[in-house]
Amino acid sequence: MEVLDLVLFEPVRGILDAPLFFVEVLIGGLMSGVMYALVALGFVLIFKASGVFNFAQGSMVLFAALFFVGFMDAGVPMWLAFLLTLAVMVVLAFAVERMVLRPLVNQPAITLFMATIGITFFLDGLGQAIWGSDVRRLDVGIPEDPIIVADIFINQFDLFAAVICGTLVAVLALFFQYTPTGRALRAVADDHQAAMSVGIPLSTVWTIVWVVAGIVGLVAGIMWGAKLGVQFNLSLIALKALPALILGGLTSVPGAIVGGLVIGAGEKVAEVFWGEVLGGAIEDWFAYVLAMVFLLIRPEGLFGEKIIERV
Amino acid sequence: MIYRETGQFKTSYAADQAVLRLREDRIGLAVILLLAYVAIPLLASEYWLSTIMLPFLIYALAALGLNILTGYAGQLSLGTGGFMATGAFAAYKLATAFPGLDFVVVLILSGAITAAVGVLFGLPSLRIKGFYLAVATLAAQFFLLWLYNKIPWFTNYSASGVISAPTRTALGIPVTGFEASVTAKYLFVLIVVTLLSLAAKNMTRLEVGRSWMAIRDMDIAAEIIGIRPLTAKLTAFAVSSFYCGIAGALWAFSHTGAVEALAFDIGVSFRVLFMIIIGGLGTILGNYLGAAFIVLLPIFLNNALLGLGMQEAVAMASHLEAMIMGALIVFFLIVEPHGLARLWQIGKEKLRKWPFPY
Repeated sequence: MEVLDLVLFEPVRGILDAPLFFVEVLIGGLMSGVMYALVALGFVLIFKASGVFNFAQGSMVLFAALFFVGFMDAGVPMWLAFLLTLAVMVVLAFAVERMVLRPLVNQPAITLFMATIGITFFLDGLGQAIWGSDVRRLDVGIPEDPIIVADIFINQFDLFAAVICGTLVAVLALFFQYTPTGRALRAVADDHQAAMSVGIPLSTVWTIVWVVAGIVGLVAGIMWGAKLGVQFNLSLIALKALPALILGGLTSVPGAIVGGLVIGAGEKVAEVFWGEVLGGAIEDWFAYVLAMVFLLIRPEGLFGEKIIERV
Repeated sequence: MIYRETGQFKTSYAADQAVLRLREDRIGLAVILLLAYVAIPLLASEYWLSTIMLPFLIYALAALGLNILTGYAGQLSLGTGGFMATGAFAAYKLATAFPGLDFVVVLILSGAITAAVGVLFGLPSLRIKGFYLAVATLAAQFFLLWLYNKIPWFTNYSASGVISAPTRTALGIPVTGFEASVTAKYLFVLIVVTLLSLAAKNMTRLEVGRSWMAIRDMDIAAEIIGIRPLTAKLTAFAVSSFYCGIAGALWAFSHTGAVEALAFDIGVSFRVLFMIIIGGLGTILGNYLGAAFIVLLPIFLNNALLGLGMQEAVAMASHLEAMIMGALIVFFLIVEPHGLARLWQIGKEKLRKWPFPY
């Protein structure tokens, strides 16, 4: 009974005793959720357009961040470093499409998934072979001191990340909705064969999607890198985007955002209020277990397409 | 001409349903077993046995476990490391709680405990499918490792969290810990792997194995023709975890000699996954080919880099290794999506005609 009381009631009492602190933790969690959402967004884009579960998205984040910080350290101004890294990501997208996706066309989804794990290893190795494996500090001039709104501390950096993420989603939504390329992407996402039969070149569309995912990865890499320093751990943090992704539903952009927020907030609140009772560092697994339990109730995630199976 | 069925008549149903129907196959297997049981322990140095053969055999066993789950039953899992850790810690708790217990019994019990844990984490597979399930199995990986790291009961309240595996005997011969000779460890692991491989090969030919494959190929259709998804999926999780648990226990007790959760991190899960992809999903032979490939590749690359005079660049070597590994995985998937085992199949087809063109 005592254990149950410790696990079930004591943390809730803690929350009720200090509601302001709870709100602070919640907001902090939501903000870090935005960062997960940034990574998850890249996954969703590629999955929607090509049905490839791109495990390498996390490595693309690290890869982009390594190049960006590498250019910055070499004394290149920030805007130029951004453009140069962008160019690298474009080349990467072309290389992936040409050397991996095209030879594997029509293979089962699991084969493509495995291939992206191969890409993961390759990118991790290549990025660190070029730029070394030391932790690098990345300063993009975002102020880090907290601001106080109604007695609640909010980290300015997190706020900035949220704004960036919001902007990115808005731009992507506009791009998908109002440009011919965006329409082609949506057509391919809906039905590969129908899209091909009306003359949409599939391989071009895939390249574009990988480029867009690379750009999203670059933004995520800069934000994560500025927060934690650019290091190998970034590609592991990206693993946390996976539960966010499946919780939101693999095929939904809003799902990625909401999933990221739920995972971020849930894991912070759990860590702060339940962590001590359970032995600490429950952040390591909480996101995955939360996603698993949630999927038991809704197997296709929050906003995913309903899975209809026929023999 | 040499390798074919012609002239080998079967006179009983038992002969017709044998695992190895061809005389050449039986001779080949006998030669391999003879090499493994007699020649290698006699000829190989301790270094070879402990750094190549032991990890190879144990990884092959883990790959066998994952292959049953992923290759035969079609349930993609990224939790192998967590299950191996479960086996290692279960074996440690059993071996320290009952010091007189024969290590064979410890192994079987720790396998059974891991099977129970595997069934627990396999329950979501009844509702969650495909990539969703793969991410859900990550929960097993991270939760189990956290559990063994954080709860001091599992490490018998040792301060450092790294504990050395005690010496235990099987049939009176010490086979684990520092007092056991490398040869004894090798032979013990070899016997375990041989027996479990035989069991796996036969299981895939039985009703249970066929129901796994039906579930893999299309679970709805399988359900309609009368296969219970609950039984099929959960037995796959149980058997797979049993194998992984024994592999984990052997890894901690016979190979590294230290029981620690960090030895079974997510990297191990991926390595085992690569083995079964490169070796061949849904084959038994593929596990050994894949394990040999993944175990030997880093050693080969290291030596090659040393040979090129790059002693100082240890970090560089590990990065290059990752790159080459990644590139090879993509290469194999493009060239032969069905793995190395398929190459052997193709080779056999060619051998039937050789040396004539048709």
